[in-house]
Amino acid sequence: MLGKYLPLVWGSLLRKKTRTAFTLLSLAAAFLLIGLLQAVNSVLAGGADFLGANRLITQAKISFTTPLPMRLMPQIEAIPGVEHVGHSQFFGGVYQDPKNFFPQFAVNPQRLRDTYPEWTMPEDQWRSFISTQDGAIVGKILADKYGWKVGDIVPLNSFIWTQKDGSRVWQWRVVGIFSGRDREWSDRANLMYLNYGQFDEARVPQARGLAGVFVVRVKNPMDSGRIAAAIDGKFENSADETKTQSEQEFQLGFLKQLGDIGFIVNAISGAVFFTILILTGYTMSQAVRERIPELAVLKCLGFTDRTVLALVLAESFLLCFLGALAGLLLASAVTGALPPEYPIRTDGRVWLFALASTAALATVVGLPPAWHAMRIRIVDALAGR
Amino acid sequence: MSAGDALFPLIEIRRLRKSYVRGKQVLEVLHGIDLDIPEGDFVALMGPSGSGKTTLLNLIGGIDSPTGGELKVEGRRIDELSGNALAAWRAETVGFIFQSYNLMPVLSAQKNVELPLLLTDMDAGERRRRAAIALDLVGIGDRAGHKPNELSGGQQQRVAIARALVSDPRILICDEPTGDLDRKTADEVLTLLQRLNRDFGKTIVMVTHDPKAAEYARRTVHLDKGTLVDGSGH
Repeated sequence: MLGKYLPLVWGSLLRKKTRTAFTLLSLAAAFLLIGLLQAVNSVLAGGADFLGANRLITQAKISFTTPLPMRLMPQIEAIPGVEHVGHSQFFGGVYQDPKNFFPQFAVNPQRLRDTYPEWTMPEDQWRSFISTQDGAIVGKILADKYGWKVGDIVPLNSFIWTQKDGSRVWQWRVVGIFSGRDREWSDRANLMYLNYGQFDEARVPQARGLAGVFVVRVKNPMDSGRIAAAIDGKFENSADETKTQSEQEFQLGFLKQLGDIGFIVNAISGAVFFTILILTGYTMSQAVRERIPELAVLKCLGFTDRTVLALVLAESFLLCFLGALAGLLLASAVTGALPPEYPIRTDGRVWLFALASTAALATVVGLPPAWHAMRIRIVDALAGR
Repeated sequence: MSAGDALFPLIEIRRLRKSYVRGKQVLEVLHGIDLDIPEGDFVALMGPSGSGKTTLLNLIGGIDSPTGGELKVEGRRIDELSGNALAAWRAETVGFIFQSYNLMPVLSAQKNVELPLLLTDMDAGERRRRAAIALDLVGIGDRAGHKPNELSGGQQQRVAIARALVSDPRILICDEPTGDLDRKTADEVLTLLQRLNRDFGKTIVMVTHDPKAAEYARRTVHLDKGTLVDGSGH
């Protein structure tokens, strides 16, 4: 029924092709940004979700930058349902140049293998990693990027850890190159694991015996929530209170350390929305002002005031939804191309938010000119008054 | 035999007044007009600028409301109709032809002619068919796919006439329909209007400054300072 008016609405949009094209581009750019920002927000707002998590991260309750003593590890291992426990310390090194940064973690090799069976490597390289005090294994993506092979010595300049002799440059021997058991994990193989043996022995004495976080692999993912609560309960009111969360939630914690990301994201989204509202509102008002006589002619032909109002509103909705759709499809393409370690996706929540925003935008920018069009007096408009 | 003698009054105007408020001043443009226009008539409204001829035309076309008096079309008081009812009445009863054509520049001739049919329940095929017939009738069927800026002034006015005709209204309201055209093209358009009046029985009310254009009408009504000076009849 309404489709019969589409050529008229579409034709009105194409009246000034350049202006419409630029407005659509602006809308697309704005909704690309809103889509991406809300995708980040959606992840941050997701909250802790233990369901299906087979790996938990236990960190100090104060902050993940505060280390925990190694003596906690056997107590965690003793909790029913825990299968393996590993530990990991962020190393924070750069290779040759500060721009050559990639994640490195000092780990116990055997415990890494137990807690992360998703990493695959030849058996002799695993054995070599376990037995080589200054050994390191590198993800295949990193090895390919820097041309490393087994036997190479890789110096890393840590911006966190100092050796006993005061040096910040640590030499690591590449003893293995690992990949993932499937495509998803292979895409994540862009990090480096260092043998905790050398790391702990060479660092300043007061830092020894400490772990950054504990990695807890559970037998049954459905027990994750209970086990996390049990771990934190065990160390409650002790000097080393813990916070245990799913691996994904822990990774998001890094982002949240930067500040109230949700607020920042919403503030930027709001500013973008306001800007595009002003721009599109001006365009719509201008477009209607230029066509006052044409709208008066439609009324002459018998179009009612409400039909004219609906036509202008429809034009606003078509413009806004086309621009928003282009922007959101772009945002989906961008987030879809991100590697798996960035769990940012333009999911249903993002689309719903964006569509609601678009409807609000179209109404706010379309209603004033539509109201004006509805109130046009035919004789005044035809006389150019 | 004139149309006025042979046919019953389609449009009956009694003591029709129209005032405008301009600032603090009330300006009366029409002072109690009485006029009958029978069905099938072709009336030219003439008069100097400011005489009220366009105001009278707008009132007859139902795009303006009188301040007083009565205006009946087919026996129905259109001066008492509400906005929506008046819009529906216009869609059904009146076709408008303007001096500056007033076509939608973004639509083809065909789509322009289809516009009044959007207000009906006709399907797209029927709308296309009727628009094509109307365009053929005004002799411009071969230009159906062209946009207004691809047509000459005379061709645009023919499209406007086809648009006015397509819903088969009883009355055609023409406001200086040849004002923007050269003499030859104007004569062609006026001949077309005359044909629509004679062959298809359309009642035409036309405002014009041009005495030659008025010669195409069955009769001429002169207005001066808001009153009829001659030619009225009921």
